[in-house]
Amino acid sequence: MIKINNAKLVDNSLVDIEIDNGVITKLGKAAGGKAKDGIDASGKMLLPGLVDLHTHLREPGREDAETVLTGSVAAVAGGYTSISAMANTNPVADTAGVVEQIYRLGKSAGLCDVNPIGAVTKGLNGEQLAELGAMADSIAGVRIFSDDGKCVADPLIMRRALEYVKTFNGVIAQHAQEPRLTINAQMNEGSVSARIGLPGWPAIAEEAIIARDILLAEHVQSRLHICHVTTAGGVELIRWAKQRGIQVTAEVTPHHLLLTDELVENYDPIYKVNPPLRTEKDVWALREGLAEGVIDIVATDHAPHPAEDKDCEWQAAAFGMVGLETALSVVIKTMIESKLMGWKELVDRMSIKPAQIAGYKTQGQSIALSSVANLILVDPIATWQVERSKLHSKSRNTPFHGMELPGLISDVIYNGAQSMIASKVVKVASGSNE
Amino acid sequence: MITGHLLSAADLSKDEALNLLSTAKELAAITDGPNKKLPTLRGKTVVNLFFEDSTRTRISFETAAKRLSADVINFSAKGSSVSKGESLKDTAQTLQAMGADAVVIRHGSSGAAKRLADTQWIQAAIINAGDGTHEHPTQALLDAFTIKQHLRNDKSDLTGIRVLIVGDILHSRVARSNVLLLTKLGAQVVLVAPPTLLPVGVGDWPVEISYDLDSQIEKCDVVMMLRIQLERMADSFFPTEREYSRRYGLNSARLAKLSKSAIVMHPGPMNRGLEISADSADDLKSVIIDQVKNGVAVRMAVLYELLGGAQIGDSK
Repeated sequence: MIKINNAKLVDNSLVDIEIDNGVITKLGKAAGGKAKDGIDASGKMLLPGLVDLHTHLREPGREDAETVLTGSVAAVAGGYTSISAMANTNPVADTAGVVEQIYRLGKSAGLCDVNPIGAVTKGLNGEQLAELGAMADSIAGVRIFSDDGKCVADPLIMRRALEYVKTFNGVIAQHAQEPRLTINAQMNEGSVSARIGLPGWPAIAEEAIIARDILLAEHVQSRLHICHVTTAGGVELIRWAKQRGIQVTAEVTPHHLLLTDELVENYDPIYKVNPPLRTEKDVWALREGLAEGVIDIVATDHAPHPAEDKDCEWQAAAFGMVGLETALSVVIKTMIESKLMGWKELVDRMSIKPAQIAGYKTQGQSIALSSVANLILVDPIATWQVERSKLHSKSRNTPFHGMELPGLISDVIYNGAQSMIASKVVKVASGSNE
Repeated sequence: MITGHLLSAADLSKDEALNLLSTAKELAAITDGPNKKLPTLRGKTVVNLFFEDSTRTRISFETAAKRLSADVINFSAKGSSVSKGESLKDTAQTLQAMGADAVVIRHGSSGAAKRLADTQWIQAAIINAGDGTHEHPTQALLDAFTIKQHLRNDKSDLTGIRVLIVGDILHSRVARSNVLLLTKLGAQVVLVAPPTLLPVGVGDWPVEISYDLDSQIEKCDVVMMLRIQLERMADSFFPTEREYSRRYGLNSARLAKLSKSAIVMHPGPMNRGLEISADSADDLKSVIIDQVKNGVAVRMAVLYELLGGAQIGDSK
């Protein structure tokens, strides 16, 4: 049994709770005073565990960058109790066999839920549907399908995918990037790219696909999810679609909420990411869109890369940034400190809503009697300095190195067992550890 | 005196650029004499690190370094370990171990020179000899030198001079460096190109933009024609070579419209008959050969200032 005393909920009430057999068994107004046993949560927020719908775990294929285990450890360190492994592994997660392998690796790591995302097309080739039904029926129970890293560019394939997944209430998560408009693209197309001479990735290449797919989703009455929206125009299109009642959801990454293309000026590939960092105007549109709920969720797009893929010239470098361990802090900084939204909305965007989109039943639950105990404790005021060498991920490619960020996670409870104690990731009963 | 590295034309203040041009002028006068060689950089090692083919720029730097008595090592990517997959970092560390004092780098990746300067891979002075579609600062210096030589006396800057830069601005490192340097020296710069070959975001540059060469040709002092690469046609930047040549090429009809004192420039290598007709290239108004000659003097001045001065390495 775990007891937590004097924790603050998002409605500012102070509670004591008890957890037994994986669920919340007692929940009451805080008794106050010094409790004899249990976790003293004074000054801390108690939140449902975070849920990420966009995580690159690199296994199988690039275990030098990350494994399901190291990615799970990083997830716990970032307050996540559920992550979703993107399909662009090697081999690609486009069969029941591969998604089951990833699912089992997640189980044996045992630190958080690891839900495989299935590829939309075989080998991410954009030409032929992968066996979506087999992945849905597998023990992994896949419901999100994505060719992320690549766009499902062919409108007919996209239409068919959207239609087909209706059988099992699946959703297609689109990486919106018109390939012909982004040949050899290296960064946001605009005044910085003009000046520093890097091939541009125009906002329109994202917006054109978002517009097309919204209309396709309306036409076939299916569910569409837009990965990592980065442009003000993209936010506008999704707002319009929602007003029309189209079943579209969208995510934004922490790095697109904070960083802009001005950072590319020195050609340090730590800032190379796809889709690219955009302008200040886009950053504000994304923040407002997230506050308003036009953008439903925050997703990390955690993309680990080994050192040599970033310690080189810009064009030779890989796209991507790690993000699991800094996501909550960046969202606190960009959304709560800026007073755009409160803790209730943060919990909605980082836990409740992602769990709903994906259908993760034991995640994103309200903090109530009988809820599955996937919980975190966060000191909202304490700050910490990001130090890349101290990341739990196998990779070091964080763009936030050296930054002082708010929000220190002290405890994580996954399915009723502690996976983090006093800010240290620990072994949980069923699995291996760090 | 400039110190540290030369990565961008923006690194130079107006005074530094003008001083560098006067140094180049003095050095040019010396090397015009019977003994072309100076002992200034004896014992220094200059590496020409060329990841892209460029015979002209490489031999210009090589000549400049040799006239200052430096030891020159030419490292070209073809046939070297680089073509076997060695990284820029490993190449740089190798050159560091061999004691390079200056590295002249030409690389297909924008920002490669800046990366060498910013990382701890190598301590040498870095000179950007063209990085991707970003910059080529010594080309801008030699262009400014040539413009001054023909249109201005010793002391003055380029105020009042109107320069047309015509062609593929989008992919041109020559254009980017020239815009920075020539405007800093007081010139008015007009970029003339089809909209497909102008970068999105060019509106922030301190230049005028025109899509129409004929409307500009009569009122300029300098017309600088950029090389057009034929693969641009395959990518639909323009329909055909002939159409490009008709609309944006310098031909005898346009040459005749130039003012009396105007000069014709081209960074080379030329596509005769495409962006510049043979008679324009060979006309008395053409200073293209002077550009090549001045390139050596300007590069001598850059090496001299970066390696000869006591402050070398200060910016590290």
